Amino acid sequence: MTTAPAIELTGATKRFRTPSGALHTAVRDLDLTVAQGEFVAVVGPTGCGKSTTLTLVSGLEEPTEGEVRVYGEPVRGIDPKVGFVFQQDAVFPWRTVLSNVMAGPRFRGVPAAEARERARDWLGRVGLAAFEDRYPHQLSGGMRKRVALAQTFVNDPTILLMDEPFSALDVQTRALMSDQLLELWAGTGSSVVFVTHDLDEAIALADRVVVMTAGPATVKEVFTVDLPRPRTVEAVRLEPRFVELYREIWASLGEEVRITRERGAGRAA
Amino acid sequence: MPLETVSAVTAETPAAPSSRTEARERAARNRRLTVYAARAAVLVAFLGLWEVCARTEVIDPFNFSQPSRIWDQIWQWITHGTAQGSLGEQIGYTLYEALSGWVIGVVGGVLLGIALGRIRFLADVFGPYIKVLNAIPRIVLAPIFLIWFGLGPASKVASAVVLVFFPVFFNAFQGAREVDRNLVANARILGADNRRVTLQVVIPAATTWIFTSLHVSFGFALIGAIVGEYIGATKGLGLLVAAAQGTFNSAGVYAAMTILAVVALLTEGLLTFAEKKLFRWKPADSGDGR
Repeated sequence: MTTAPAIELTGATKRFRTPSGALHTAVRDLDLTVAQGEFVAVVGPTGCGKSTTLTLVSGLEEPTEGEVRVYGEPVRGIDPKVGFVFQQDAVFPWRTVLSNVMAGPRFRGVPAAEARERARDWLGRVGLAAFEDRYPHQLSGGMRKRVALAQTFVNDPTILLMDEPFSALDVQTRALMSDQLLELWAGTGSSVVFVTHDLDEAIALADRVVVMTAGPATVKEVFTVDLPRPRTVEAVRLEPRFVELYREIWASLGEEVRITRERGAGRAA
Repeated sequence: MPLETVSAVTAETPAAPSSRTEARERAARNRRLTVYAARAAVLVAFLGLWEVCARTEVIDPFNFSQPSRIWDQIWQWITHGTAQGSLGEQIGYTLYEALSGWVIGVVGGVLLGIALGRIRFLADVFGPYIKVLNAIPRIVLAPIFLIWFGLGPASKVASAVVLVFFPVFFNAFQGAREVDRNLVANARILGADNRRVTLQVVIPAATTWIFTSLHVSFGFALIGAIVGEYIGATKGLGLLVAAAQGTFNSAGVYAAMTILAVVALLTEGLLTFAEKKLFRWKPADSGDGR
């Protein structure tokens, strides 16, 4: 493939018209580059526009100003190289687990037999081989998330966008899922943008952590996480370097969180 | 001594829960039986009171009839047929009209509802017209249909269609509009084009909405068919009602009503059965919530 960075946002701005008719700027003048095979975590205060950044990269939304490039090509519509794991459950409730994972290849015109084979392979890797005939409502939240991961990975995305994928899970499940994600990702060489509000999770997973400002979001600071791989989430947390990084990044992030909180208080008053 | 108590406890623990679950099951069974018995008692009391009041002339049996006469009437229709032909034929006609009207109305309502729900432009153009049409009390169209389509089944099918179309249309429209945005976004990312999003995300997601309207709308289809027949027909249950009324046969009116109720309940049961088959993917508790 080309040597161009996997993702490149230059001066990207996104404005929405709110239902009341006012213009709301979600993302302002955002510059961000993600190298091929890199794992980037994006942290920022709640509701600052982190998710909007992902929808711009995915092609679900177009930027109002600026440019978004994927492998050097400007984004026009949804790129088949992109995979997206959503914050909320986005698996199809009327399809069985197997059929959910088959959906991507089937939508892309892969014959049913081959799609089934690939889906079974990924269900095996996320440890759900025994549950292929279940419906999503019969699974736990963590299992549904694993279905969503398999559903995304089965398309072999080279760019993986994740929007607080584990935020609805309990703490133990979240740690397990993070480890599983690192394992799945390790073999693929794909680039990941992982949006989260959990700094622990961001440092444990990523090569670089991008701190966003309070909304409208733009990049405030970028930190390189120089922790060795392969990592396991629970172990890496105990390393002195982790704690050091945490302190450094929190000094930057905490300020933005405070600004957001004060604004919220101002609006409530 | 302590040893003995321990062994006694261990021996009893496995037995205790099973006897308790048994007791609970028995209680549940008894409760169900009591409910059924009470239901039957209410029916018997109601019919008995009616019969007694009619026989003792507390109420005028000419106007209010009485259960025994209604039953005689039904039995006579079953064994000797009605003045318009056999009873089965009348039921068949009414069901045929209601079902055809229902199918046409449902198909039209679902197709248009989903099309307008998906395509913003169509919704903006046709929205006001559909609201105006919906505001017309549609039952008054029945005489017009009688003039247009004659005494045969066509005019009844038409009145059933207009009654069925609107509730189904509005539900399908709403269902298509309120599809979870995440599901649509996910499908698009996974590679679905617009057609696939409509067929494999919007329609399955809207089926819950559509099915709620199917229950109600089958009742509407029956109403459309019956009113059409009542106004003017050559066959059908509505005609039985009209004919009985014309000859001051109140038992005949009630008998036709009873038959209608049974027919409506049976078809309702079939729909519920189909719904259960179709919605296996739904959590069971939401189905009981109705």
